[in-house]
Amino acid sequence: MWDFQFTYEAMPDLLSGILTTIQLTLIGYSIALVLGLLVAVVRRTPIIGGIVHFVMEFIRTTPLIIQVVFVFLMTPADISAFTVGVVVLGVHYAAYTAEVYRSGIEGVAKGQWEAARALSLSTGRTWGAIVLPQAIRKVIPALGNYLISMFKDTPLLFAIGVTELLTQAQRVGSESFRVVEAYTLVGFLFLAVSVPSAIIIRRLEKRYAAV
Amino acid sequence: MEFLEQQLPRYADGAWITIQLTVGGAALAFVLAMAIGILGTTRFWWARAITTVFVETFRGIAALVVMFWFVFAFPDLTGFELDPRFAAILALGLNVGAYGAEVVRAAINAVPPSQVEATVALNYSWTQRMRLVVLPQAWAQMLPTFGNLVIELMKATAVVYLVGIVDLTSVAQQIRSATGQTFVAFGVAFVLYYLLAQVLILGMRALENRAGKKLGRAPTGGGGILSLLRPPSVGTKVGVAK
Repeated sequence: MWDFQFTYEAMPDLLSGILTTIQLTLIGYSIALVLGLLVAVVRRTPIIGGIVHFVMEFIRTTPLIIQVVFVFLMTPADISAFTVGVVVLGVHYAAYTAEVYRSGIEGVAKGQWEAARALSLSTGRTWGAIVLPQAIRKVIPALGNYLISMFKDTPLLFAIGVTELLTQAQRVGSESFRVVEAYTLVGFLFLAVSVPSAIIIRRLEKRYAAV
Repeated sequence: MEFLEQQLPRYADGAWITIQLTVGGAALAFVLAMAIGILGTTRFWWARAITTVFVETFRGIAALVVMFWFVFAFPDLTGFELDPRFAAILALGLNVGAYGAEVVRAAINAVPPSQVEATVALNYSWTQRMRLVVLPQAWAQMLPTFGNLVIELMKATAVVYLVGIVDLTSVAQQIRSATGQTFVAFGVAFVLYYLLAQVLILGMRALENRAGKKLGRAPTGGGGILSLLRPPSVGTKVGVAK
């Protein structure tokens, strides 16, 4: 039934696939963290904030996969699928992290803003030294959840041919006709990463949420 | 405009498949979430173990991977070929059902213990307690998260074109290769997805208000139809690793 020989031979390919998956996740997540924060801050300005909000709302309510394919087709051919994938992933998730940051910023007590004003701190110092450190600390667990979500969304990049885990599995599976093993292994590899990360996030939650 | 007149029927066909998959997936996810979520609140350890394994498994594996497994590996393993649309609904339902089960479990556990004690004092059976006291209160708490999940589900249906189902995303790609107009071909699909999501948001909000009223809570942000149009709050992508 289960072909262990094949399992053994396919592992290097699958592991190189999961390595790409992890790279995509980490780079994409960094983009999402930075861009999301920018969006959350810009959203508080009158007119531009409204426009940015609408654009982000649009990104959040339309499927990631069609965004990926669309951007891939619209960009020049010399930009690699990996780059397109990682940027679209990052921007899509920025729409989510922006909401998380927003809830954190709104949770900062009004008195903190007033105190910063009373000390006549500049806008930059108010955000950088007073508001954001308090806001971000509170939302660390919520942000962590998106890291796992994003990891699970990377197989979508199969659609534009990034050689991540699912793409590798399809390749080795169709070369050897061991489809059952290939796709089942993908499932297990996903669990092997996402279950431990879920446990870590739960720890983070206990540590930060109580504050 | 001419483009729209010619292609709109095809977009409508694609959108109709997307709607079917969303409704089918949501129905399966709802049943699974309720059944398995309630199992997770019982006092039998084996029932709670079923809930944990189900939730961690299908939350941990991407829906697309599960879908590929059902479409490509399952026929190899058993000799039965699944209709791709059925496989897609199964994969989406299992995935979103796992998130939902966790929501149901948490919502039931959040009902104040005094409510449960009251049902014991009244000598209610377990069924009566669930149906008359616990679920109506948990329901109001589940709904906002369910709303987010339905939107995530609708978005997740777009991956089905990879297993050969002609949904809205697939139609956009076909029209693009037929006309060569990438921007317009995809733009129409984006707008249709956006509108679908808005309809879902309005529907879920109406359900939320109704559930709140039944418990004697005023709808947030004033009543009436207009309250449904207040700026959407679909902030959080929910459920991951609570």
